[in-house]
Amino acid sequence: MADLSTDFLGIRSPNPYWLASAPPTDKLVNVLRAFEAGWGGVVWKTLGSQVKNVSSRYSAVGYHGSRVMGLNNIELISDRPLDLNLREIRECIRLFPDRAMVVSLMADNDRQSWQELIKKVEDTGAHGLELNFGCPHGMTERGMGAAVGQDPEIARLVVEWVMEAATIPVITKLTPNVHSVVPTGRAAVEAGSQALSLINTIQSVTGVDLDTFIPNPNVGGKSTFGGYCGPAVKPIALKMLTTIAQDPVTAKVPVSGIGGISTWKDAAEFMLLGSTSVQVCTAVMTHGFRIIEDLCEGLSNWMDEKGFARTTDFIGKSVPTLTHWEDLDMNYHIVARIDPEKCIHCGLCYIACEDASHQSIALTPGQPYNTYTIKEAECVGCNLCKLICPVDSCITMVEQRHGAEYLNWKEFQRRGLPLNDH
Amino acid sequence: MAITNHKLTDAEYAQNFSDIHPPLETRDAALVDANRCLFCYDAPCTKSCPTGIDVPKFIQQITTDNLRGSAHTIFSANIMGGGCSRVCPVEKLCEGACVYNLMDEAPISIARLQRYPTEKAIAGGWTLFSRAAPRGRKVAIVGAGPSGLSCAHVLARAGVEVTIYEKESKGGGLMTYGIAAYKVTPEFCSAELDYILSIGGISILYGQELGRDITLDQLRQQYDAIYLAFGVGVARRLDIPGEDLEGVVDAIRFIYDIRANGFSSVPVGDKVAVIGLGMTAIDAATQARRLGAGEVTLIYRRTEAEMPCTEAELDIAKLDGCRILWLTSPKAAIGDNGRLTGLVCSRMRLGEADHSGRRSPVDTGETVILEVDMVIKAAGQVPYTDLVQSAGLDNDKGRIRMGEGGATAIVMPATAAIVMPDSTAAYAPVFAGGDCVNGGKEVVDAVQAGKDAAAAILKYAGIEQPKN
Repeated sequence: MADLSTDFLGIRSPNPYWLASAPPTDKLVNVLRAFEAGWGGVVWKTLGSQVKNVSSRYSAVGYHGSRVMGLNNIELISDRPLDLNLREIRECIRLFPDRAMVVSLMADNDRQSWQELIKKVEDTGAHGLELNFGCPHGMTERGMGAAVGQDPEIARLVVEWVMEAATIPVITKLTPNVHSVVPTGRAAVEAGSQALSLINTIQSVTGVDLDTFIPNPNVGGKSTFGGYCGPAVKPIALKMLTTIAQDPVTAKVPVSGIGGISTWKDAAEFMLLGSTSVQVCTAVMTHGFRIIEDLCEGLSNWMDEKGFARTTDFIGKSVPTLTHWEDLDMNYHIVARIDPEKCIHCGLCYIACEDASHQSIALTPGQPYNTYTIKEAECVGCNLCKLICPVDSCITMVEQRHGAEYLNWKEFQRRGLPLNDH
Repeated sequence: MAITNHKLTDAEYAQNFSDIHPPLETRDAALVDANRCLFCYDAPCTKSCPTGIDVPKFIQQITTDNLRGSAHTIFSANIMGGGCSRVCPVEKLCEGACVYNLMDEAPISIARLQRYPTEKAIAGGWTLFSRAAPRGRKVAIVGAGPSGLSCAHVLARAGVEVTIYEKESKGGGLMTYGIAAYKVTPEFCSAELDYILSIGGISILYGQELGRDITLDQLRQQYDAIYLAFGVGVARRLDIPGEDLEGVVDAIRFIYDIRANGFSSVPVGDKVAVIGLGMTAIDAATQARRLGAGEVTLIYRRTEAEMPCTEAELDIAKLDGCRILWLTSPKAAIGDNGRLTGLVCSRMRLGEADHSGRRSPVDTGETVILEVDMVIKAAGQVPYTDLVQSAGLDNDKGRIRMGEGGATAIVMPATAAIVMPDSTAAYAPVFAGGDCVNGGKEVVDAVQAGKDAAAAILKYAGIEQPKN
């Protein structure tokens, strides 16, 4: 059995799964249920200025029968009294001392407010602080949340105030609503933040009601931009995570990965691209805390299969394989191959290749089943047919190198090799 | 033992003849299966549908909440797409070809999904088609069954004035009179007919029988083209001793009486033998049970491997408690005072393959005697030979034979042909299709024959084929 225990700047948890700062972590009853279910830690829902929420608060994007591919929210930070939150945090730590308790913070935009808040939170015995520089709605109008995270210099200033007061590890949470997360990440690290977490939600409009013409979610006939999360945002989060893992300044600090993690596979991918811990919210909002069981069991079995004894054996392992396009090997070439035994003659590969790729699949008419074969000389190895084929391992990509040597674009150009061979 | 009606209570009849394939009640239910559809290209399901319904398209339209579009996709290929979703032997057509079968997974429930938008369209009277401006042409159709109605609908869309001559008092043909009531209810048949006619431009003259009330010559002088779609008639004779005993009935008549006269008025025996194992035999056997027959035995001269009905149909019969005697053929009906008391059957074995490629049954000489008070004959149907011959139509044992194009330049589709090409100003050409040409196939084949005939008639008349 692999060891899933995690040490994040001394914040220990029995597994790398933390619940992200969100409704599942906003009160004692939820958090105790989460710990009982087996979650490794929580980031308590953001404390700070007093706010009031509206109704409704969520909207979703479904796809092909799946109801919540992406979730959008316009809920603000905790709207419960600060003292009540602090008492409950203390109680959770007392009852589950082995779990990570990180508290998310978003104070009013001045040194005193931040430092007073930090003092109160540290008094609960919390293990770490997460600075919410990412909330994309409601708080930004007050110069908070993403308004801080979108400007590296403001972020730097706030982190400096925080570091003057904090005695426990500080994680700065980054907003994705920027052209690059790196400048703010660097500013935070240079100002003393010991870790980063990303991504927060992405500004969005999930859709428009075609009967009322009002976008979702509908709040009394109006809507507003919300924060998008869930499985749909995972690829964006992974890309941003990688840029943090590759930057020389931000790469020095541990990262807690966030963004659409629903399964152990998602978690493993985040960890391979540099996350020490991972944070989950939407998957719990749609299925409850019980998903922690397979998150742990699946990861553990995969680690056993791959020979990883502990998570540190593979954290960041895939980062060096993400390179610049111009460093890719132009001699690497693959072509599709259809297994006639497995083919169910649905024609999806054919029509995709014919209409949208390189017309590399031949159709031999049959009644009622056509036969489809790859025209290898035409195939550019784009993967499209393999991606859409509904049968596992029916289409495989077979390596047929153009040449033995590694040949990148820069060298290709230098030698004046021919272009447009397709 | 006695053949009597009123064997059951009204409540029992209602239960026994309720819809065998309950519809998908909700959008959620429809979406579960609709979302499984892979949206195949050049889809095997579509290619296995005689009317070529674009199945992936109508299913995708269910998933996008475009139910009007979905219904239009279905009806534009098959105006009886609602009825066909209830009666088609889909296991050997669309669903049998679904690629999921090749993954050893359950195929998409195409029939139930097809029922979903079509039922809403019929119930809601959705206007999905329009008529072109009147073309000043009139076409007579003989028979208001699936083939005639399908032809009429296409012609009406094209702006042709259509008159249908129907010998019965209701339209729908086999759909209304020849199929088990638990598959299509009389109410549905009536609603489907009304929906087809709602396009306008189609009038049906009921109680008008060709050869009795009107002649083909008269039609040829009054209309610009004639489409013969009068189907096939009674069940084939068994040609065995005792066939005329009281208690030996024709399956077509039996089913007709159930559909036309109501469950409680149809007499049924206590011990019933049904001869044959096609769809009609199954419909007769299951309905005999559902009318209250104590024992029903299906008599089939070959084995399960050769049976003409589908597995699904056979399962219905088995679940209804019908017994099947394989390799058994009727030899003589025996009676007492003119009333049937038993059926002598020969035991058969399979011999050499015949012209159909199936191994033919050979009499072993052994016999069995079944004690029965009713025999229902369902071993195929006989064409209206007298009508066809007296009308002077070229035929093959009563089946109207396709013409060869003759004097006109019409390219003949497979199932509809000019059979009287000697048209003059005084005599309009005659087209024919459906069961009266092919000897008896599925409703969906008849619908396609009607479409082919309409296309041929429009081409002959120089009228544009309808769009939309």
